[in-house]
Amino acid sequence: MQVTSSVRDPLITGGKTYHDVTHDVCRQVENKPSVAWYLAFLTAAGVLALGSIAIVATLWEGIGMWGLNKTVGWAWDITNFVWWVGIGHAGTLISAVLLLFRQKWRTSINRAAEAMTIFAVICAAMFPVIHMGRPWLGAYWALPLPNTFGSLWVNFNSPLLWDVFAISTYFSVSLVFWYIGLIPDFATIRDRATGLRKTIYGALSFGWDGAAHTWMRYESVSLILAGLATPLVLSVHTIVSFDFATSVIPGWHTTIFPPYFVAGAIFSGFAMVLTLMIVTRKVFKLEDYITIAHIEMMNIVIIVTGSIVGVAYITEFFIAWYSGVEPEFYAFYNRATGPYFWAYWTMMTCNVISPQLFWIKKIRTSIVATFILSIVVNIGMWFERFVIIVTSLHRDYLPSSWAMFYPTWADVGVYLFTFGLFFSLFFLFAKFFPVINMAEVKAVLKSSSEKVSK
Amino acid sequence: MERDTHFVLGVYDDEDVLLNAVEEVRSSGVRIQEVYSPYPVHGLEDVLGYKRSRLPIAAFLFGILGTTLALLMQYYMMLFDWPMIIGGKDYASFPAFIPVTFELTVLLAAFGMVGVFMISSNLKPWAQPRIFDVRSTDDKHIMAIDIANNSAMDIARIEDILKSSGAIEVNKKSFE
Repeated sequence: MQVTSSVRDPLITGGKTYHDVTHDVCRQVENKPSVAWYLAFLTAAGVLALGSIAIVATLWEGIGMWGLNKTVGWAWDITNFVWWVGIGHAGTLISAVLLLFRQKWRTSINRAAEAMTIFAVICAAMFPVIHMGRPWLGAYWALPLPNTFGSLWVNFNSPLLWDVFAISTYFSVSLVFWYIGLIPDFATIRDRATGLRKTIYGALSFGWDGAAHTWMRYESVSLILAGLATPLVLSVHTIVSFDFATSVIPGWHTTIFPPYFVAGAIFSGFAMVLTLMIVTRKVFKLEDYITIAHIEMMNIVIIVTGSIVGVAYITEFFIAWYSGVEPEFYAFYNRATGPYFWAYWTMMTCNVISPQLFWIKKIRTSIVATFILSIVVNIGMWFERFVIIVTSLHRDYLPSSWAMFYPTWADVGVYLFTFGLFFSLFFLFAKFFPVINMAEVKAVLKSSSEKVSK
Repeated sequence: MERDTHFVLGVYDDEDVLLNAVEEVRSSGVRIQEVYSPYPVHGLEDVLGYKRSRLPIAAFLFGILGTTLALLMQYYMMLFDWPMIIGGKDYASFPAFIPVTFELTVLLAAFGMVGVFMISSNLKPWAQPRIFDVRSTDDKHIMAIDIANNSAMDIARIEDILKSSGAIEVNKKSFE
């Protein structure tokens, strides 16, 4: 048994019994969805349908539909890709890193955060795939398959290929980690259900019976998966940052990128978890499980990672000047004062200044303030990627080829499509899957409080 | 109807009572078939006397396999099958091969270990588990005792042991 301080507040409030946990979480799986859920889901599905027009146009006409030109060859597509991958970092961080650090408060939020991770990575993977132009041939370019021109292989020296391996490994390992955690909870739903629901959740629960032998192996698997997922989650955004850092473009060619990208990813991921969880806890009446203390903990992570990101911005600027390399310094000077100055200062305001407000306890324990700031952070993180990508490209070595990037309706439509996809998947998850890990919450119910109600 | 009963079930509602009960029941000579819990109870496998899981070893071996396959694949493709100079680097640019090697190590370790876990715990979509008591996935711990394994002791005695160990209910269950 773990010893827990008697002065520490219980993680789950409201004097819940084990049966209450089961009931509160299974309720929304078993009941008919509310009108609010239908409205939310239909809105998301509508955005998805609208966005798919842009997807079809892009596939039919080619990526000439986008606002790219010969100077700015990468813009919204890669911005959105990095943004979604970054958001997809919080889930595995919460479930794996916090498991290794024995942070028990993770148990209330890890299920939804991991689901969000998986959906965000799906959205991210969309962009490199459609950017191929002819994605049905993509397997030859992305996977080590001998192609029809002879056995010409993919280039293992390229960070873009490392990305293929990193993101597909991250996606599949996160999916497995998430599903293993879902199995005991599906069994709980199965044992409460009758008829068709019993058959479906029976199949999903893989015949789980909760035997001590199985739990012992389950714990072993969780720990090792957490140990594997921790370096994995750090490697993914490191490798994403290599896409830029290994190039020789001023503004991209910096060694600070890997840690700075990882911190930024955790920063935006936690913000997205907060945005979703604040709504979910309200709609599903889970305020006793996701308490103000949970929100405060996540806000503290946001202060820490936000400050790392802030220091990285300033260091980058300083080194660009200190290096004495003229094009390098110009890239940064142009970011802050050139035609994209508004994007740079939006990024600075949203990412460096706004998270510092969480030093004030009133703000970090306020639901409204947290909700607004969590959205502000993700706007800031989108601009961070836009600034890094577009401002480094639009004024290159030859002033005669300097250009601006203007998004077309297809750029906007493809981005909307991923929003529709993300929220449709999340709403389906929230309705049909247990949004809180019941088994893990029950396991911390007693060790986190002196008494447990029966 | 004693003959038709195959299992005696002790129902517990507290993990600490359960841990003590398992020790008491085992020391009084009753052989426990299995304990079913709604959540992992730390230390339960120790008091039940289970051997530690060897899944970490499986994960390690699959990981080593992943490392080996990844390096063999990259060296074969970049060095022997179609050598190409890229960015002025050596054919065998070992540092550039590390990211893919790392990812494949993690991938094989995770999938290999989970596969072994699924097989060893008999987890599959079409599995029909024996459910002793549906409350074992909700809020109760169920200790199952197989009568056939405890033929030296009569059922009333087992029931007494379970009750005195803190079981809130003692039930009988048989399967077809």
